[in-house]
Amino acid sequence: MSGALLVAKGVTKRFGGFVALGGVDLSVGAGERVGLIGPNGSGKSTLVNCIAGTVRGGGSIEFDGHDLAPLPPHRRIRLGIARSFQIPRPFASMTVLDNLRIPLLYAARAHPLLQRSRGRETEEALSILRQVGLEAKAGRLSRELTQVDMRKLELARAIASHPKLLVADEALAGLSASEVDEILAILLEMKGRGVAVILIEHMMRAVLRFSERIAVLVVGRKIADGPAETVLRDPAVERAYLGQ
Amino acid sequence: MKTSSFTAIALCTALLVAGTTSALVTNDYFFSASYTVLQFVVLATAWNILGGFTGYVNFGSAAFFALGAYSSIVLDKLFEAPITLSILSGTAVAALVGLGMGYLTLRLRGVFFAIATLAFAEVLFTFVVNWDYVGGARGAYVVLQGRPPLGFRSFVQFLFAIMALMAAGAVAIARFVQTSTLGLGLAAIRDDEVAAECSGVPTLRLKLVSTTVSGGLMGMAGATFPYFLSYVEPHGVFSLSYAVNSIAMPLIGGMYDWAGPVIGALLLGGLQQVLQVNVSADWNLFLVGALLVVFVTIAPHGIMGWTFRRGRRARPT
Ligand SMILES: Nc1ncnc2c1ncn2[C@@H]1O[C@H](COP(=O)(O)OP(=O)(O)OP(=O)(O)O)[C@@H](O)[C@H]1O
Ligand SMILES: [Mg+2]
Repeated sequence: MSGALLVAKGVTKRFGGFVALGGVDLSVGAGERVGLIGPNGSGKSTLVNCIAGTVRGGGSIEFDGHDLAPLPPHRRIRLGIARSFQIPRPFASMTVLDNLRIPLLYAARAHPLLQRSRGRETEEALSILRQVGLEAKAGRLSRELTQVDMRKLELARAIASHPKLLVADEALAGLSASEVDEILAILLEMKGRGVAVILIEHMMRAVLRFSERIAVLVVGRKIADGPAETVLRDPAVERAYLGQ
Repeated sequence: MKTSSFTAIALCTALLVAGTTSALVTNDYFFSASYTVLQFVVLATAWNILGGFTGYVNFGSAAFFALGAYSSIVLDKLFEAPITLSILSGTAVAALVGLGMGYLTLRLRGVFFAIATLAFAEVLFTFVVNWDYVGGARGAYVVLQGRPPLGFRSFVQFLFAIMALMAAGAVAIARFVQTSTLGLGLAAIRDDEVAAECSGVPTLRLKLVSTTVSGGLMGMAGATFPYFLSYVEPHGVFSLSYAVNSIAMPLIGGMYDWAGPVIGALLLGGLQQVLQVNVSADWNLFLVGALLVVFVTIAPHGIMGWTFRRGRRARPT
């Protein structure tokens, strides 16, 4: 795909003798909304880790015209790849607000290390917290949050890095129906800002509502990729995933 | 408070304390005890930059302390270098070694890193014991000649004044690190290194800054040690007491804030001096151990964490 934001080709990853990813291709255009689905253990999070750089695999990944291979994760997020963690990983000793100040200072703007930030990023952090409904808890220690709030914090922290591509790894798990709608609204809004989103999700209702395109991973291989109607009617997908 | 005002106040306080005590107190024991306590303020503060702010436990404090002490010995043997030069070079050598150790070991986490620092201290100890130029296992003499400078009545008074300035400087540096963007990044590393990296924090670079500054300050504390004792030998410089105290003091005072190690060092260091005079030096490590057990069970975030219940943290504002 020409002009694509993310172009991953033949991404592989083995854990010992176990092949978690057996050559996966995935392209995402600027501002595109892609749903990534697949049964448990099919390699979705591993693919995210390869893109974010927290796991080193084979194959090639380009982002915004840059070859990602030599870049550590902190350089990738500065290019615009943000991810939320499937299992929330908040900065536990910090307040919710400070959790957001990290990406705001380190990823969104290259802030000189030996300065005190003058707190201008605080304003923005609060506005992002307002979006995800965490503003009232800005001063709480993040380790005191509920699981649901920690998921919202994951998302807020990813948004705070000013991404061009946001990968939400099961950001909706455990949320109530109204909360799912809230978060989906935020993710849908990202399109207005030209941010592409990969949504990894087991809840089909949310995936269908959100995605312009759906890619399906099964045991480390992509077996389908296209508009929702075509993908869901694909017999291979039915057999391997929906039919189980 | 701005960093510059804090630094100025800290240094002025040090000068004031050194000046008035020199004028009023005649007993040299007071200065030698105070010197030792302040030396622990520097060591604990330095340890805490890597251990408390960044979350990497260093068991090799004695090695960095020794690097400072032995670089002074070498300079003294070479050309009887002035003490300021010894302090600068001790700091620089320990900082460089901190950087190097960082490169070699920072890919290790948790207990593996701690063990690597312990091994490093052992290696350095063996090296020094076998290095004849600095006296090997026999040790070496460094004797300050002539009259004490700047009108001080004794060399101990003079060294106490220098240590007071170094302690003020170390505390100012620690506070500056904590309140800068750097400190927020270090706290992120301590909390979750992967999440920090994924939030744009250049973790490796920040950890190297942390090992360098921490190591350098420990070397600084050690650089004046040979002048203080006039005679040093490896077992004294590499004493277990330095490794244990520089961990215990921040733990007792609180590791998330620059003030924690200072409180811990004044408290624990002061108690040890009292114990040493009134009972015996052999009880010092026992005291440290007992206090550690008490604090780990009752106030795991130290005195600072206990005072500020809501858990303080790096807070650049
Ligand atoms: N660090 C690791 N070491 C060994 N095996 C791993 C590791 N990480 C993942 N795996 C394995 O790789 C496979 C793919 O895991 P991955 O987490 O990518 O799946 P997933 O599609 O995200 O699943 P889920 O829907 O449960 O989140 C699984 O079988 C998992 O056990
Ligand atoms: Mg997963």
